[in-house]
Amino acid sequence: MCPDGSSASASAITVATPMRPGQSLSDLAGAAADAVTTAKLSQSDFPDNLDDEPLYAARKKIYPQRVRGTFRRLKWGLLVVTLGIYYFLPFIRWDRGLNAPNQAVLIDFPGRRFYFFFIEIWPQEVYYLTGLLIIAAMALFLMNAVAGRLWCGYLCPQTVWTDLFVAVERWIEGDRREHLLRDQQPWGFDRAARATAKHFCWLMIAWWTGGAWILYFGDAPTLVRELATFKAPPIAYGFIGLLTFTTYALAGWMREQVCVYMCPWPRIQAALTDEHALNVCYRYDRGEPRASLKKAAALHEHGQPAGDCIDCHQCVYVCPTGVDIRNGPNLGCIQCGLCIDACDAVMKKVGRAPRLIAYDTDLNIRARQHGGRTSYQFVRTRTVLYTAIIAVVGGMMTYALATRHAQALTIIHDRNPLFVRLSDGAVRNAYAVHIANKRRETQNFALQVTGLAGADVETIGSDRNPEGEPIIAVGPDQTRQVRVIVTTHQPLKPDASIPLTFSIVTADGGVGATAMDRFVGP
Amino acid sequence: MSPQTKRLDQTVRKSESSRQVATTGHEWDGLQELNRPLPRWWLWLFYATIVWSVGYWVVYPAWPLLSSYSNGVFNWHSRAAVRSDLAALQTQRASMTNRLAAASLAEVESTPEMLDFARALGGRAFADNCAPCHGAGGGGAKGYPNLVDNDWLWGGSLDAISQTITHGVRSGDEQGRQGAMPAFGRDGMLKRDEILVVTDYVRSLSGLSTTAGADLSRGAKIFADNCAVCHGPDGKGNRALGAPNLTDQIWLYGSDSQAIIDGIWNGHGGVMPAWSGKLDPVTIKALTVYVHTFGGGE
Repeated sequence: MCPDGSSASASAITVATPMRPGQSLSDLAGAAADAVTTAKLSQSDFPDNLDDEPLYAARKKIYPQRVRGTFRRLKWGLLVVTLGIYYFLPFIRWDRGLNAPNQAVLIDFPGRRFYFFFIEIWPQEVYYLTGLLIIAAMALFLMNAVAGRLWCGYLCPQTVWTDLFVAVERWIEGDRREHLLRDQQPWGFDRAARATAKHFCWLMIAWWTGGAWILYFGDAPTLVRELATFKAPPIAYGFIGLLTFTTYALAGWMREQVCVYMCPWPRIQAALTDEHALNVCYRYDRGEPRASLKKAAALHEHGQPAGDCIDCHQCVYVCPTGVDIRNGPNLGCIQCGLCIDACDAVMKKVGRAPRLIAYDTDLNIRARQHGGRTSYQFVRTRTVLYTAIIAVVGGMMTYALATRHAQALTIIHDRNPLFVRLSDGAVRNAYAVHIANKRRETQNFALQVTGLAGADVETIGSDRNPEGEPIIAVGPDQTRQVRVIVTTHQPLKPDASIPLTFSIVTADGGVGATAMDRFVGP
Repeated sequence: MSPQTKRLDQTVRKSESSRQVATTGHEWDGLQELNRPLPRWWLWLFYATIVWSVGYWVVYPAWPLLSSYSNGVFNWHSRAAVRSDLAALQTQRASMTNRLAAASLAEVESTPEMLDFARALGGRAFADNCAPCHGAGGGGAKGYPNLVDNDWLWGGSLDAISQTITHGVRSGDEQGRQGAMPAFGRDGMLKRDEILVVTDYVRSLSGLSTTAGADLSRGAKIFADNCAVCHGPDGKGNRALGAPNLTDQIWLYGSDSQAIIDGIWNGHGGVMPAWSGKLDPVTIKALTVYVHTFGGGE
């Protein structure tokens, strides 16, 4: 529902009428019904043939103007922090002892391990990723419930890298006006040289971005040395190439098209929001009717009202997605707050109060318009719920991490056959027992099986300790599968299914891990 | 419905905007779907994928010809790709397979790393080749021996298992296991009443119930005259001939009277193929260890 029609979605589910000042989301159903009536009445509005619609729309190039202010400073700060983490994190070392990688953050695919500072995740513990994804989703929902598209405006990689690329562009091609003018000139040496320099810089940033990405998957200093001497594996160069291309294309060329056409989040967040969520808003109660300084003076002379908005379009010029915030909530608006800075600067110049554009809710704007009371409700059912889910899942993950053992035990009962009768009538069950040893040295585990008195426990290829329990040696940082056979000579009830407890006892006598299974009889 | 009203239904115009945008005509609680034109770059991408697809025709086998197909400039072939993947895998495993080839069966089983490797390799080979008859976990079926229990027709030592896998049972291989249960009834060697009596005697050997009033001493006589040659005078079987032990609780063809009568009347002679020509020696070695470590190995 972008009124200028330049950057709205091809298939965005959106309202048929533009959001007028003074209109809330809840008014829209009625407004849309009005629109239907209006449309029916004005037959002349229809083109003669619907097939005349254009099949595609060219992108309108956006020249975001430079801006200074609170939100710009905040965005610079976040850009430095987030990109700093991304580019330099792989170089941080973390001592894990002998035979273990000393990189703080490492996704070791060949070794099937993920290292994050003091945490080491094995593939079978990938459920931590589920928890992490739940927390990430809830954090996104919470941000949205508190203050709209905080993620989109400040933290999304697309936004951060585009910001960086725009800064480079501005540095080389000049600010909005200069760049616009130059683009209208015929190609000459100056224009060509600047364009070349710009794309070279973009490609260098993109290349570094791709290069940093692969450092998370191998020892960073070694990989840098290998890359420099062209000894790195081909897949490393392949991924650098791929990420160089995507960074260059998405941050250099696609920019707001990614947010408007490709990203699902604007649609999701539009469905998740409510009337109390703060959003970057144009306070039309103050701003309307718009009038230039001269016109405002003239209006006042005649005793007519004039709003604070001087219609200078600065908010539109600084917008990285080319949106006019004064048209109300908009799919293309990533809520980066740059229009707030632009407007504040203008308001200061003309001697009016700042924050004509600000984080606010439509409810409050209407309340002010009608002399009502404004209210900011951060504690709402949804914010409490999102926070609670984050706390619960985070707590569960922390508890699980804190109490996990250096070894793990998994039992799989033989499925076919479930049991075997021996020649003397004894009944035997077999199990595949997986033991994971997360320590950096070999561990000898004694296997205890309880629940079936007098049963014989045998492990293929293992010795027994003096107590007659099988001893299973598992190498450092390894998993071993052994076949365990439990035999009983006792008479069993028909269809017996007896619970068994498997435990592995470490060398110091402590129970390392336990697991449950069953002994099945005929 | 006139074309005009139809169009009215299908399209709703934005009443206030200078630029009018059609909708798809779908409406949910007053929310409508705008029918915006596609972005131009999307259209370019679409055309680019069409061009890209032409590349596949050139590079890969694509077009059927009269007697063959277009080969593609890379001469890539899915079967060749599988072959090279297999070769790469074998190279990767070479250090372990070479160790396995050089070691004796007992050595393989007593060295943990070789045992783990042999069980992994043997498990795969078992699933591919043996499971159709012996079951996924070696549990067997009627007529197909259970390999997990501790009863063996031809012996459960490593060497005996290896011999059975390599040369098979009644497989036509000269070194294969020979010996079959004759069809005593069909070929007229025993009369009906004799078979009934000896069936009761055989059931009595492993403590199963017998027909009331059965003449077990006559059964014992018939057994001694006809069956003891292979199954032994005490019915404990003979592994050289693959004659099962009749005194234990394991029955390949079932222990009920009908199954035993059927076996005596028609005979038995299950067949297992010789695997020496189909599987390489290392795989047979791994299979031997795998079967031996099911739990019943001797």
